[in-house]
Amino acid sequence: MSFLEVKNIDVYYGDVQVIFDLSLEIAEGEVVSIIGGNGAGKSTLLKTISGLMHPAKGEIFFEDTAIQTAPPEKIVECGIVQVPEGRRLFTLMSVKDNLIVGAYNSRADQYANTTIEDVYTLLPRLQERESQLAMTLSGGEQQMVAIGRGLMAKPKLLMLDEPSLGLAPILIKDIFQTVRKIADQGTTVLLVEQDVIHSLRLSDRGYVLEHGRIAMEGPAKDLLNDPHIKTAYLGL
Amino acid sequence: MIYILEDAINGVLMGSIYGLTALGLTLIFGVLKVINFAHGSLLMVGMYAAYWAIILTGVHPYVALIIVAPVMYLFGYYLQDIVIKPIFKAEKDVREPITVIIVTTGVWYILDNLTLLIFGPTYRNIQDNPLKGKMLEIGEMFISVPKLWGFVTAVVTAAAVYWFLQKTRMGRAIRATSLDREAASLMGINQFKVYNVAFGIGTATAGIAAVTLVPFYNIFPSVGVLFDIKGFIIVVLGGLGSIGGAILGGIIIGLIESIAPQFMTATWTEAIVYGLFLVVLFVKPSGLFGVKYDW
Repeated sequence: MSFLEVKNIDVYYGDVQVIFDLSLEIAEGEVVSIIGGNGAGKSTLLKTISGLMHPAKGEIFFEDTAIQTAPPEKIVECGIVQVPEGRRLFTLMSVKDNLIVGAYNSRADQYANTTIEDVYTLLPRLQERESQLAMTLSGGEQQMVAIGRGLMAKPKLLMLDEPSLGLAPILIKDIFQTVRKIADQGTTVLLVEQDVIHSLRLSDRGYVLEHGRIAMEGPAKDLLNDPHIKTAYLGL
Repeated sequence: MIYILEDAINGVLMGSIYGLTALGLTLIFGVLKVINFAHGSLLMVGMYAAYWAIILTGVHPYVALIIVAPVMYLFGYYLQDIVIKPIFKAEKDVREPITVIIVTTGVWYILDNLTLLIFGPTYRNIQDNPLKGKMLEIGEMFISVPKLWGFVTAVVTAAAVYWFLQKTRMGRAIRATSLDREAASLMGINQFKVYNVAFGIGTATAGIAAVTLVPFYNIFPSVGVLFDIKGFIIVVLGGLGSIGGAILGGIIIGLIESIAPQFMTATWTEAIVYGLFLVVLFVKPSGLFGVKYDW
């Protein structure tokens, strides 16, 4: 019995098919990366898992429950939490309110006060900034808020969509270290990235997505040494 | 001079009631991104509800709040849930769904004409209520007592709505949804439930405004239209989505309406109000107290 199982899904934007007969599996406790270029369908895949989009064909199982037709709020309730691309913070709300809203779902709401302490321990910067409006933070801090907000929902599976997007290299390192810490605390992580080296280094396994199809999959170490990945994604 | 002060005070009091009528409009727009053309009609429904509650029970007008506010909340909640939500779902990917605006216009006509059908065109007022025509005498000034009650109610209601939005779980969910629907649903927030609640609260504030009006205002089927247009001007002046801005915008209109007639023909006040409206649109489109923000 697997933790998350995506089975042969097709996803369309209107008439345009973006994902073709895609299947993948994630076991509990794993860190899995999905890498691929722009327009490969990475974000679409995450949106489909979190219920913002629905597959035209195929099934998605989470802890053996079919979730492919469930609305996003139900899926959060199940324990799949997405940190969206571009952070999507509630810009005119304080950092603390952003975090508290993260714990909106009924599973996490009752623990909000203790979870926020854990988030502050992991990301002490947020406590310093808790009363500031989210829009006044720097890009790196905003990404930290987005991750913290995701953690507030008590995820069983945390999905991060390009957390390094638009950040300086030194901040990218911070972000990936944070992701590693979250995984070490036992949360299953699905990471979608264009930063292939960083994301594969901290992952157990990886999938390579090309033109809406899984082109390769395997242990992260093998992918890092694969000649196709070296030429196509690392420019070596 | 004392007369100008007297007019100014009465203008502020009446203006705060205007602000209260616009409070729900600004809240509903802030969350649903829809101009609710039926808002004046909801105020009218609230006035009839208050009228009958007071007439049938004989209580003090403000006691009617206990009935009118929850009834109007439910009315708004289910109006959104049953009539508006299906249209919203059909236009899910549109940021400012135009068809919803057309539906609210339909609701406006239906409510106004249904009221006309049921209660007829008669102008009603509550003759023997303890607030009617009462004046507070301060030196040589006369301050309208029912408007003073209205002012207090407006300030308390605005403060309560503000507190609710800032400090409660649902309030935060409403603010989050108003800022980013998709991100809010990724937080586990059911956006359609949030719309229902926001519409319910907006309608309840219209009901509260109705209760403040009935002790001194005539009640008739098209009374909402008068407040509709004022409401639109107020929310633009105050900044769409701003709670405090609605009250302050209302007070500005109230002041113009009460002071300007001292210096010119009363009919000019409308011109000044609309002129100010245009100037604000040209100079500061986000409103006097609104936050510059891409809705």
